[in-house]
Amino acid sequence: MKTDFYLPFETSLKNIQAEIDAASGQQDGSSEQQEKIRQLRQQWVDAAREIYSNLTPWQTVQVARHKDRPHTVDYLSLVFDEFVELHGDKFFGDDRAIRTGFAKLDDRKVMVIGHQKGRNYQERTENYFGCAHPEGYRKAMGKMKLAAKFGLPVICFIDTPGAYPGVGAEERGQAQVIAESMFLMSQLETPIVCIVIGEGGSGGALGIGVGDKVAMLQHSYYSVISPEGCAGILWKSSEFAELAADALKFTSKNLAELNVVDDVIEEPIGGAHRDPHEMANRVKKYLLQCLDELSQLPKSSLAQNRYQKFRKLGMFLEPEVSR
Amino acid sequence: MAQGPISDIEAINGPSPEIELEARSVRRGVPEGLWIRCPSCKAAIFRKEAEKRLGVCPECDHHFYVSAKTRIEQVLDTGTFEEWDPDLLAADPLNFKDKKPYRERLVAERKLTGLKDAILTGCGMVRARRVAIGITDSAFIMGSMGSVVGEKLTRLTERATEQKLPLIIISASGGGARMHEGILSLMQMAKVSAALARYNQAGGLYISVLTNPTMGGVAASFASLGDITFAEPKALIGFAGPRTIKATIRIELPDEFQTSEFLLQHGYVDRIVHRNRLKAEIARTIDYCVGW
Repeated sequence: MKTDFYLPFETSLKNIQAEIDAASGQQDGSSEQQEKIRQLRQQWVDAAREIYSNLTPWQTVQVARHKDRPHTVDYLSLVFDEFVELHGDKFFGDDRAIRTGFAKLDDRKVMVIGHQKGRNYQERTENYFGCAHPEGYRKAMGKMKLAAKFGLPVICFIDTPGAYPGVGAEERGQAQVIAESMFLMSQLETPIVCIVIGEGGSGGALGIGVGDKVAMLQHSYYSVISPEGCAGILWKSSEFAELAADALKFTSKNLAELNVVDDVIEEPIGGAHRDPHEMANRVKKYLLQCLDELSQLPKSSLAQNRYQKFRKLGMFLEPEVSR
Repeated sequence: MAQGPISDIEAINGPSPEIELEARSVRRGVPEGLWIRCPSCKAAIFRKEAEKRLGVCPECDHHFYVSAKTRIEQVLDTGTFEEWDPDLLAADPLNFKDKKPYRERLVAERKLTGLKDAILTGCGMVRARRVAIGITDSAFIMGSMGSVVGEKLTRLTERATEQKLPLIIISASGGGARMHEGILSLMQMAKVSAALARYNQAGGLYISVLTNPTMGGVAASFASLGDITFAEPKALIGFAGPRTIKATIRIELPDEFQTSEFLLQHGYVDRIVHRNRLKAEIARTIDYCVGW
């Protein structure tokens, strides 16, 4: 309930919350009053559960973009005991849309790489709303190589509308770095766990998304193109984004069915933004579980298994005759 | 026929590859008609003359679209092409429908282009050097990569690795990752890139040839991973579409923005290669790099 910002489909939650606030304001301490508040709270929980178990794809996008949704820096402080940021790609600059650094996950030392959108206007501008430039992917690749050299597992938090579309980005090789990053990740000899925490926007997301384990938070989305972009091309207007969202089948449930993600991490009632601590606990539990499992494997078989995992993706028809 | 050539030329010359999945008309080779107008220099040219020059304007060297099939004739020794995995067909994993169901679109595109999907793969000879080769065709849903393109390129790369063959991929893909197959198209980028990483590890030579247009998820995967990268003159090559960039940053884009020359200038292309030199340049590169 830790948000003042209600999405268009949450009016019932907003109304119940208003009743709760009113009842709490005039509290006389009577047991009737207490009981009323308790009931209202239960109502709220029931309504939230109902709404959030039936989100449409477009509503999922709205939740994934919610201004109070936990971002990479929130997980860095809630999941990890320490974060030592490592800046810069040692080539051009330090892209604030991707954060990288050492972190401690209980007693494990890891390398964290994550998109960062920014909380307020100034941060968002500095971070280009989480849309990374080539220097961001170069920085990520540099830190991944460092991690592999010293045996640190890599954890990637994916949360971007897409890689930045701009003149400088093209001049500095946006296409090249995304390709190189996938190329590198597919062979990296250290465990990689990727979690889509909000928006999984196309190549910008996949650029740090080739992992041994790929998971999504329940109300995140992961798509080949933004619904607005798709609508603009196929429906000739971004106004049809809602239709495109239905067609693209990009929710965590869809992606689990298509075997693109290994696991879906359930969100607290009403979405991750309503209980970031609980969400962080679940993320932490998942990460520990993955690292336990992956650390059992010999390094040489990691890349081999990762290759087979991505090798299987895709659906096509192949008549028997040709074989 | 009256409107044919003009719309063809417009389609070929369209600056933004993402705009016209539907609007474009048939786009097979140099436009129909005895005489055609070059979209670049506006000269009226004799069609046969352009064809004889491998689909290049005799006046200004404008490189017209050529189909994957024509490309094979241009690059491989006559009669040496052996197609691999010719029967793979796109499924419709999402049951996708925009203004038109994806299934219907596929049927129409197959009819229009004579291709089963946006790519041909196989092996053949380049001046008597055996190579594995893949060619995308921008006439088929903008040459976009769905599961079929991804799978055929992955198999091609795996076979090239096994058989120790040089690998040539000629890209003509304005559409990037194919939206109609959603996330599975995006995953093809990782799949093909991972196959190329193994090929690289094994010591294989990969020559990537960028032609007009090479954009989005194709540019951001296999097309950018060559040991050697060639580009045809004045091809449109980039990650984000020019329209998207314009809409985002609201400034006029530089003149040569996202052309082969722009990429050369910024260091992403080894050589700009005129179409009539492509075969010779590929053969020469193979000779310099023979490791296998």
